Amino acid sequence: MMPHAWTILGFYLLVLLLAAKPLGSYIANVMEGRPILALRLGGGLEAGLYRLCGVKRDEEMGWLRYALAILLFNLLGALAVYALQRLQVWLPLNPQQLANVSPDSAFNTAISFATNTNWQGYAGESTMGHLTQMLGLAVQNFLSAATGIAVAVALMRGFARHSASTIGNAWVDLTRVTLYLLLPIALVYAVFLVSQGTIQTLDGYQEVTTLESGPASVAPQTQTLPTGPVASQEAIKMLGTNGGGFFNANSAHPYENPTPLTNIIQMLSIFLIPAALCLTFGRIVGDVRQGWAVLAAMTVLFVVMAVVAMSVEQQSNPLLTSLGIDGSAGNLEGKETRFGSAESALFATITTLASCGAVNAMHDSFMPLGGFVTLWNMMLGEVVFGGVGSGLYGMLVFAVMAVFLAGLMIGRTPEYLGKKIEAHDIKMVSLTILVTPLLVLTGTALAVTLPAGVAGVANPGAHGFSEILYAFTSAANNNGSAFAGLSANTPFYNILLGIAMWFGRFIVIVSVLALAGNLAAKKRIAANAGTMPTHGPLFVMLLIGTVVLVGALNYVPALALGPVVEQLMLQSAH
Amino acid sequence: MARQTLSMFDPALLWPAVLDAFRKLNPAAQWRNPVMFVVYAGCLLTTALWVQAVIGTGEAPAGYILAVTLWLWFTVLFANFAEALAEGRSKAQAASLRGLKRETMAKKVKSADASADWSSVPATELCKGDLVLVQANDTIPADGEVIEGVASVDESAITGESAPVIREAGGDFSAVTGGTRVLSDWLLVRVTVNPGETFVDRMIAMVENAKRRKTPNEIALTILLVALTIIFLVVTVTLLPFSIFGVQAAGAGTPVALTTLIALLVCLIPTTIAGLLSAIGVAGMSRMMQANVIATSGRAVEAAGDVDVLLLDKTGTITLGNRQAAAFLPAEGVPEQDLASAAQLASLADETPEGRSIMVLAKQKFGLRERDIQALNARFIHFSAHTRMSGVDLPDSQIRKGAVDAIRAHIETLGGRFPPGVLRAVEEVARRGSTPLVVADGSRVLGVVELKDIVKGGIKERFAELRRMGIRTIMITGDNPLTAAAIAAEAGVDDFLAEATPEAKLALIRQHQAEGRLVAMTGDGTNDAPALAQADVAVAMNTGTQAAKEAGNMVDLDSNPTKLIEVVETGKQMLMTRGALTTFSVSNDIAKYFAIIPAAFVTTYPQLGALNVMGLASPTSAILSAVIFNALIIIVLIPLALKGVTYQPMGAAVLLRRNLAVYGLGGLIAPFIGIKLIDLTIAATGLA
Amino acid sequence: MTALIRPAVSLFLLLSVLTGILYPLAVTGIAQTLFPVTASGSLIVRDGRPVGSALIGQSFTDPKYFWGRPSATAGQPYNGAASGGSNLGPLNPALVEAVKERIAALKAADPDNQRPIPGDLVTASGSGLDPHISPAAAAYQVGRIARARRMEVERVAILVARNTEGRQFGLFGEPRVNVLALNLALDAEDGLADSMRP
Repeated sequence: MMPHAWTILGFYLLVLLLAAKPLGSYIANVMEGRPILALRLGGGLEAGLYRLCGVKRDEEMGWLRYALAILLFNLLGALAVYALQRLQVWLPLNPQQLANVSPDSAFNTAISFATNTNWQGYAGESTMGHLTQMLGLAVQNFLSAATGIAVAVALMRGFARHSASTIGNAWVDLTRVTLYLLLPIALVYAVFLVSQGTIQTLDGYQEVTTLESGPASVAPQTQTLPTGPVASQEAIKMLGTNGGGFFNANSAHPYENPTPLTNIIQMLSIFLIPAALCLTFGRIVGDVRQGWAVLAAMTVLFVVMAVVAMSVEQQSNPLLTSLGIDGSAGNLEGKETRFGSAESALFATITTLASCGAVNAMHDSFMPLGGFVTLWNMMLGEVVFGGVGSGLYGMLVFAVMAVFLAGLMIGRTPEYLGKKIEAHDIKMVSLTILVTPLLVLTGTALAVTLPAGVAGVANPGAHGFSEILYAFTSAANNNGSAFAGLSANTPFYNILLGIAMWFGRFIVIVSVLALAGNLAAKKRIAANAGTMPTHGPLFVMLLIGTVVLVGALNYVPALALGPVVEQLMLQSAH
Repeated sequence: MARQTLSMFDPALLWPAVLDAFRKLNPAAQWRNPVMFVVYAGCLLTTALWVQAVIGTGEAPAGYILAVTLWLWFTVLFANFAEALAEGRSKAQAASLRGLKRETMAKKVKSADASADWSSVPATELCKGDLVLVQANDTIPADGEVIEGVASVDESAITGESAPVIREAGGDFSAVTGGTRVLSDWLLVRVTVNPGETFVDRMIAMVENAKRRKTPNEIALTILLVALTIIFLVVTVTLLPFSIFGVQAAGAGTPVALTTLIALLVCLIPTTIAGLLSAIGVAGMSRMMQANVIATSGRAVEAAGDVDVLLLDKTGTITLGNRQAAAFLPAEGVPEQDLASAAQLASLADETPEGRSIMVLAKQKFGLRERDIQALNARFIHFSAHTRMSGVDLPDSQIRKGAVDAIRAHIETLGGRFPPGVLRAVEEVARRGSTPLVVADGSRVLGVVELKDIVKGGIKERFAELRRMGIRTIMITGDNPLTAAAIAAEAGVDDFLAEATPEAKLALIRQHQAEGRLVAMTGDGTNDAPALAQADVAVAMNTGTQAAKEAGNMVDLDSNPTKLIEVVETGKQMLMTRGALTTFSVSNDIAKYFAIIPAAFVTTYPQLGALNVMGLASPTSAILSAVIFNALIIIVLIPLALKGVTYQPMGAAVLLRRNLAVYGLGGLIAPFIGIKLIDLTIAATGLA
Repeated sequence: MTALIRPAVSLFLLLSVLTGILYPLAVTGIAQTLFPVTASGSLIVRDGRPVGSALIGQSFTDPKYFWGRPSATAGQPYNGAASGGSNLGPLNPALVEAVKERIAALKAADPDNQRPIPGDLVTASGSGLDPHISPAAAAYQVGRIARARRMEVERVAILVARNTEGRQFGLFGEPRVNVLALNLALDAEDGLADSMRP
């Protein structure tokens, strides 16, 4: 890895951790309803919303009620996005008169945005009108992010409370996250993006005559410049780890991600809330070290993956250098000049570790090992930073599992944060860890077996398998990025991936909430010298080991037939 | 009971276990263990594939399928064998217990009168409430309570302790156990249990596997193991379409054989821990038995591992059961020898260890010999709960000894005055943790005898160990706070409860439980029963009352209160063994992947041969080596499962680091070596 | 369950209005006030007519212009209405073929240039709209441009240098040359020279 890559990585970590600390405390204050300035400023609006909705702020919910509220809320979101897509031609703010989206694509996209996956089977600039983008997709960017954070906070309360029957009020949690966390940051962020070149307009597309145009030119005579309320959507797309781009090229598009500065800020904004939530967790359970331990485990895994990806992508493709080109800038196929190979690989690592799925380079054209990293990152279960909220609750589920396995080895019934881990908890943990590999592996198996699945493959050989595997891994883990060569905008993929996204999101959410409810009801056990410490380096290593081992055990065979064999083929080709 | 400890692989246990291993091939028995059932189903499938290969065209060479099939069957058998072996050991213990239940005849009496007529009835027909007479050399026919008489009883059949014990009516030594033998004198016993409910019956039931229910942690672990099994089932099942697609995409090779997939599945699912899980549980109970502790449930043993607070009675646990006279502290103007002489006189008839220690001290210090009781014309006053004094009336003096309050009250009624110097001496003694015994002659206080508590050797180190394990020790004593504090400091306990009453004990337990701690205690008296019932782990002494035994969830046959520490260690060991083997089992999978994945797909993608890091001879031998390793590791780990992971008292972090290194890292590395060695053997013998 | 429906529906609607209408309108208002040029697409206007965006690359095939990155957009290269990359896998023979063709085209336009071709000139960008090439890629083409326009190599090189951006704040991204801006500068310089000619 070149010095520049190290510098960027170091700078990134430094800024991330510095920003995460105050934000983590802020989120804790907001979610616990402490009398901080923001809550006093927004208090009137918040109270007004509750009054209009018939919500009683202090009415607590048990886990089941909380889960039902979350499911209902997200179901409404999916329906709204579906309706907007199917009716957009008759609705305002569609200057290009883009047609109504097909039912299967609309179904896929509706689920995709409601589940915080933001898998894009469509190309934004040629499919979605402005209204669908801002009132459908961007709204879900906010609300699915709020859902993830609310569920994570509910799980934190499960750990923090004892002998309690409730885990919070879903409406209040969703409202507070939106009002006090997502909206203010998104507003400032969007304006910053515009200052750098991201567009923000409701006008129609513009046609320009190109410079080279002329009767003798073989180049296109005109160029269509797309428009739209991009910045407002871009901000929350990154901040909420949604990743659904306004345009097909996503954050590689100069109108989404115009400069290297916006690029680093976009990368920071992906991990910002997931990192801060770790510290919120520490605050809410009353021991900040617990939060730092989880954050440390995430950071170590991130650094390792980033170093691998950046090193690999900074090498050029030997098949191309053998043609005599200068490959010193690395593998540039599918990458933007302004970002270069190092920062594209870093972005790819971040976006796949977090369940963001925004891309500033085409993962399909990464080197086999680079593609392996992106795929493997998702296979870890989107728990290394992960999606907003979902990353933390996923990681805490792994922590419970790690504690259960290792806790036995110190000769005590395993306990985490003073809560004994018993059969019911393990049932929920197992369900959470089970569901995504099941969806990924069975989905991939169906797609490689059925002609409709095989038909979508763009690249020959083992890479075709990688494309399908990537699609289901991305969908079931709610990432949303793609080996985009796969032609996935077909009824077969739209429906199958839609199912994978829905269950990958909500089976996990329901079992996490059930876990939260069960934990909240438990008595708290006092810690002593015989209690396994869950804040030191040993626990961090243990957590890393568990995440990696589970990921490896689930996916080694599939990876061996995809990127691993591709890499070996590349090596043996030389 | 014939308390022979059978060695791990004693032939007497081995052969029945081998037979049992086959007997357990019954699908109904396999179904109880979901993970092993998957292996079982896999065996049946590969057997069918082998038959198909023999009679027609198989998916792979028949020899290969046969080899895999045989080793898969061995895997099932080895797991069965581990369970059978553990059960066999338990059953041997149960059988020796059952020896106690030989048919005895009981002498049943109609009324609570030792001289009444008795009729001979079989012991098995005795019901709760029946009265029986047990005379010298009779076997006590059933568990019961002594209502009349004193006798020495040989309880070695239950406890293994050859010294006879005294059983008498009233107090804390009134419980007798069926199957024990009266050596001298006679007892009138009220039977306290119905047929089939006797202590021995329950012990047998407990020890025998039939009554063994899964403990909470075992259930949780089983859920996790089942979840892992489901994942691996999906991983291997989906590999077939992946492989078919790979063959199409690469245009080379053949799809992976079903036999290979089943081999992979069995290697991946946690067979090691699943095969040994039940053995670990049985062995845990069995280890308790060897320590002469009978647990009423596996749950109790498991809970013992979690104990945070140990409540220990001072007397008998922390100090030697009896106090010893250490010094004579005379009142002003009284020669020390006079005090010694008076004290000796007062103790002449006192057969308690304290009394005898006063005699010994007087003899040592002043050469005072025992005097002829008859010649003294002495009348002895025995200790009564009412006066709380004892002593002797001589023609010219009335000597009394007793606690400060009692003597003070005594002399004040006689018009005497308690000298302040003696009071200071009393306080001084108490501060040292000793018990002051005041001696008075008439209304004149002679001085104080210091009775010293002797803290047991090595107990302080034991408590330090417990502290490292994170367990707090609390001493329970009837002494005053001053005395208690001094002894607590000497013994190194963390805390103490002085002037303990049953209510105070109960309150203390509840308080700790409310703070989220698990409390363990021992007890023997009836007044311990409420506290025993409240404690999470309650070990009743076998010498204790029936009420105490009913309230506890374990009974210590040796009636050794320090045993609690061993109970905790056994509980911890059981959990540790489970955790260690699970971690080991799961870590093993990485190496198995490296053995099987390249072997299974090398025809499609020759480049995958690069993953054959172990350099295994051929695809066939690679797969076979992994399967053989997977089967043999069960056998290799049986001793560990039965003996348990060695427990050393140390902090959780240190312990975790050690066990993670041994079983986690070891589990990662060991199979690489094991599989390679097996592969070398196969290649050398040319089997595959 | 029914008790949940009212808050679910009303909260969803209200938050939708807040985040889906008020928020984007607010951003649009602020953006158009503070940063009207960038908010509307950073258009480059020449002679009162927009000729493109400073952020969106254009296709150049004429040897007298600097060529940008190969573009894999659907329909036509640098199609602003269909951004996207080639998505060719690293081992895909089609990738090797495409690169061979691009090398051939570059060599054909500048047969004497023996320098190794910088990778970004023969690999498709992620967006298909990449406005930049690396300074090395610009340097590679200087000789060809100078010849085609009959300009001194040094003058072209000066223009390249003038249109080269370093890393942002010396830290972020890669050094790069905006192809459209460079070509516009080239035209302007060339036009200036033309007008000075008799």
